[in-house]
Amino acid sequence: MKYLDEFRNADLVKIVLEKIHRTVKHPWVLMEICGGQTHSIMQNGIDQLLPSEIELVHGPGCPVCVTSLELVDKALAIASMPNVIMTSFGDMLRVPGSNRDLFSVRASGGQVKIVYSPLDAVKVAQANPDKEVVFFAVGFETTAPANIMSVVQAQALGLKNFSVLVSQVTVPPAMHAILGSPENRVQGFLAAGHVCAVMGYHEYLPIAEKYRIPIVVTGFEPLDILKGILMTVEQLEAGKFEVENAYGRVVSKEGNIPAQALIKKVYEDCDRNWRGIGMIPMSGWRLRPEYAEFDAEKRFSVENIKTKESDICIAGQVLQGMKKPPQCPAFGTLCTPENPLGATMVSSEGACAAYYRYARVEKE
Amino acid sequence: MCLAVPGKITEITQTPIAKMGKVDFGGVTREVCLEAVPEAEIGSYVIVHAGFALNTLSEREAEETLEALRELGEIEGELLMDESSQG
Repeated sequence: MKYLDEFRNADLVKIVLEKIHRTVKHPWVLMEICGGQTHSIMQNGIDQLLPSEIELVHGPGCPVCVTSLELVDKALAIASMPNVIMTSFGDMLRVPGSNRDLFSVRASGGQVKIVYSPLDAVKVAQANPDKEVVFFAVGFETTAPANIMSVVQAQALGLKNFSVLVSQVTVPPAMHAILGSPENRVQGFLAAGHVCAVMGYHEYLPIAEKYRIPIVVTGFEPLDILKGILMTVEQLEAGKFEVENAYGRVVSKEGNIPAQALIKKVYEDCDRNWRGIGMIPMSGWRLRPEYAEFDAEKRFSVENIKTKESDICIAGQVLQGMKKPPQCPAFGTLCTPENPLGATMVSSEGACAAYYRYARVEKE
Repeated sequence: MCLAVPGKITEITQTPIAKMGKVDFGGVTREVCLEAVPEAEIGSYVIVHAGFALNTLSEREAEETLEALRELGEIEGELLMDESSQG
């Protein structure tokens, strides 16, 4: 496909790899923020082609992984109600709640539908006027405009049977949390290209400055990722800490202004509890009060949720780059994609799922 | 989930609610919301996530990136030649 195949070109990949090998002189720990990048790195064997000086650790950019257990349990409770159709991205269905997942709700008679786009959820609501249709609106900045358009459309169509369960999180506060931790190992960031397609990258300038850390906006194809790594390593070796863009065909510094306007119109900042990590102040968005009628948390009474997380799962440390999946005692034994203890083993963006799928086990 | 795929716009419809359109992804066509890419026209490439176009793709930037990498290849090749002639 045009604009994908060219960025998978093996000859150009070799050129950039050679340049990285030639540039690196010291050991460096880099974090790719986005789980989509983690999977691309594993799938293409990029981690195994890099010089041994470069260690990649995997970031928290997996929306279904960081959606709080309380919200997952709320979704399960709402989906179990009679007359409700719960709609969701497919990734969310096997995410473990305190004692079950959306698949098991469906197996016991609940109506749970997978949608490709939030706008498809609006169509489900139009087609089922006698049902309450709820969309589980998880996501980072990338997904915010699509999630918001479902609310805008439902409002314009006068739909009274559509609501969203919002779990929106944002990247910059998570970067602050990672860099501010005494256990932090990250020395350079590959910023998530599609988050920046929406938001631009001016938000990262104060982070690079404060923590003296290079941040390079990076895409998802092998050449994009290698270019991001090369630019980060060049900065590290030169003692620089700037924000650079290795994904110019998709990302501009200011981002997509109409998309940002949509976000400001419908969402406001809020604190968010990140699964496995904890509360990060002002790290997400919720619906503004003007859109309260579309808020599933207000429409359905689901209070008194008592959450219970797995005792063994180390997903939180994996999501912050402190541990690698094979360091978990349950990895590949008690915890597999079929029977996950944590969301990082389920999602197509989860680091544990990537290690399991591409058989990466730490060398002794 | 933040994966987004480039595709070519084949149809644009201005509905009362939003700018919508059809986008061709190498043979598969899907309905896409084009509300955030007012500049996009039929034939433009957009990068699409969850049925929503995040941005128009800059074809000029894409070509420049590839060209810069090819040039890097030439420079790296010369460096390798120098090393082998010295070694």
